[in-house]
Amino acid sequence: MKALTTIQSRFVPVNIENIDTDQIIPARFLKATTRDGFGKNLFRDWRYYNDDASKTRADFPLNMSQFDGEILVAGKNFGCGSSREHAAWAILDYGFRVVVSSFFADIFRNNALNNGVLPVQVSDEFLQRIFLQDNNTELTVNLEQQTIRINSTGEQEHFDINPYKKTCLLNGYDDIDFLLSNKAAIETFEKQRV
Amino acid sequence: MAKSLFEKIWEKHVVKTIDDGPSVLYIDKHFIHEVTSPQAFTGLNKRGIKVFRPQQVVATADHNVPTLNQHLPIKEELSRLQVDALIKNCAEHGIELYGLGHPFQGIVHVIGPELGVTQPGMTIVCGDSHTSTHGAFGSIAFGIGTSEVEMVFASQCLLQSKPKLMRINVDGVLNKGVVSKDIVLYILSKISASGATGYAVEFAGSAIRSLSMEARMTICNMSIEMGARCGMIAPDETTFAYIKGRKFAPQGAEWDKKVAEWKQLFSDTDAAFDQEVFINAAAIEPMITYGTNPGMGIGVSETIPTTETINDTDRSGLAKSLAYMGLEQGAAIKGQKIDYVFIGSCTNSRIEDLRMVASFVKGKKKADGVEVWIVPGSKQVEAQAIQEGIDKIFEEAGFQLRQPGCSACLGMNEDKIPTGKYCISTSNRNFEGRQGAGARTLLASPLTAAAAAVTGVITDVRELLN
Ligand code: SF4
Repeated sequence: MKALTTIQSRFVPVNIENIDTDQIIPARFLKATTRDGFGKNLFRDWRYYNDDASKTRADFPLNMSQFDGEILVAGKNFGCGSSREHAAWAILDYGFRVVVSSFFADIFRNNALNNGVLPVQVSDEFLQRIFLQDNNTELTVNLEQQTIRINSTGEQEHFDINPYKKTCLLNGYDDIDFLLSNKAAIETFEKQRV
Repeated sequence: MAKSLFEKIWEKHVVKTIDDGPSVLYIDKHFIHEVTSPQAFTGLNKRGIKVFRPQQVVATADHNVPTLNQHLPIKEELSRLQVDALIKNCAEHGIELYGLGHPFQGIVHVIGPELGVTQPGMTIVCGDSHTSTHGAFGSIAFGIGTSEVEMVFASQCLLQSKPKLMRINVDGVLNKGVVSKDIVLYILSKISASGATGYAVEFAGSAIRSLSMEARMTICNMSIEMGARCGMIAPDETTFAYIKGRKFAPQGAEWDKKVAEWKQLFSDTDAAFDQEVFINAAAIEPMITYGTNPGMGIGVSETIPTTETINDTDRSGLAKSLAYMGLEQGAAIKGQKIDYVFIGSCTNSRIEDLRMVASFVKGKKKADGVEVWIVPGSKQVEAQAIQEGIDKIFEEAGFQLRQPGCSACLGMNEDKIPTGKYCISTSNRNFEGRQGAGARTLLASPLTAAAAAVTGVITDVRELLN
């Protein structure tokens, strides 16, 4: 997993609420047996007409040349629905390291963190402030400080993250390393409960 | 100290707790399927390790399988590769696989309970969000991502933070024509598709207690649709009677010992919940969704909300949803024409669902121009249906009985609903494109779906019951 400390970048706004993982990556693209290459199908059905990659929908932010950056900003309740981790892989593979929303579905939040993508949950008001900014605005996400700032206006908000997950992300560790280092405790637990 | 059902099970499974962090939670049973496991096996192989407790893993192939001619090789190459990878991975790691052609094959959340693998008091995970289904037995059961599948393979544990607790009490007696699917769609319409995010939900109350195990599974199945981490129902005599005698159920003296333990699994009278919801069962009518998230449901006699009447959560998405669905604000949903009927999925593909549909359609015929697919949840459900002659009833009605799998619940295998077509479906998700690109899904109970199959339009099933 790639470590993440501070991201300063422009952002891509997808101002839609309740974006479910079927929209992030439709089921028909889940047939791969590796984790790579999902980025090209991120938001597939919102990006193209009739599933045709040559017919881009000009009105979808990912297709609008003025938007760019490592930060995806989306409406409330992002990542609901299916547990497919492919959604987090697609977001990462496309080039995003941070997703900002005012609410995240649980499984998506875990999946993102397990892949080095930081979910930043902000207040509804702050989210609306971001959506009002123009396309040249940069945001700064500082994981150490747990802050997100709109650089042009200086508005800033604190965000929560589990301290353990924060350490993992800052250092690029993943949970499996930690669990494997606890094998002895797990085996003792198994013996005691029989 | 008074404890809730959730806390009693949770505490028994904590190996250790990280200061200021999550707990190492021990997992009793791990179900896997072909779609969310291959990358986890690859991860293990890269680390050069084997599955730690293969006897606690049960595998099946369900998402990507065809539901016709299952004896033939899978035509679609990528689907075949995924199913083949599962066969190879299970063989290499010593995991029991109920794959295509096996008499136990079926949708992972149907076969677990049916085989008696799912039991009260367990922690159960699967790389699939509808793992919440197993909570109907009084277990902590939740869906996980592929990285977490790899963690459970490697250590039989997960790092988990304790969720907040919500209890949803459903009391009173259900009206005629109203079944458990209507209860859960009604709850969803009240609390919204994100109403339980961050919570473990316990369903309680007299209306829940009166339900069969299969009906309880339908409710827990859709707790993820409220955003819940898991859904659960305290085990009782109904639960024990369902498990008894099943293939992997405890036997003899072990059975008595287990039942004694299971009887302790309930929320103490003074147990604390972060939130409680109260639902009057008598207020529920047959439900149907009109929008593109499962919280967008109404009673079948109601009209589609307008920007003024809709709840806050769904207001901003209403216009987009209705444009996708080709429906109008304020219009009646009754009478809406449908093209497909899908009765299946881990929500409603068990034998009771099929019996319910069969007893309603017996002697009736499907409407012209409507395609009706009945997809049993497992080989065992299929065999039972044939043994009871249910297949004949479907045949006479013009319904197509297919072979077990996830089928048209998700647009992944060959069973897809064409663009723009309306499908009344007993599955759990009506997201854009869920049943195929451009497909329009209306979620309902098996009874309401069967009524629409017969009339060709959305129908109030109560008008057809005598
Ligand atoms: S039937 Fe549908 S919801 Fe259930 S496991 Fe299969 S795809 Fe998922």
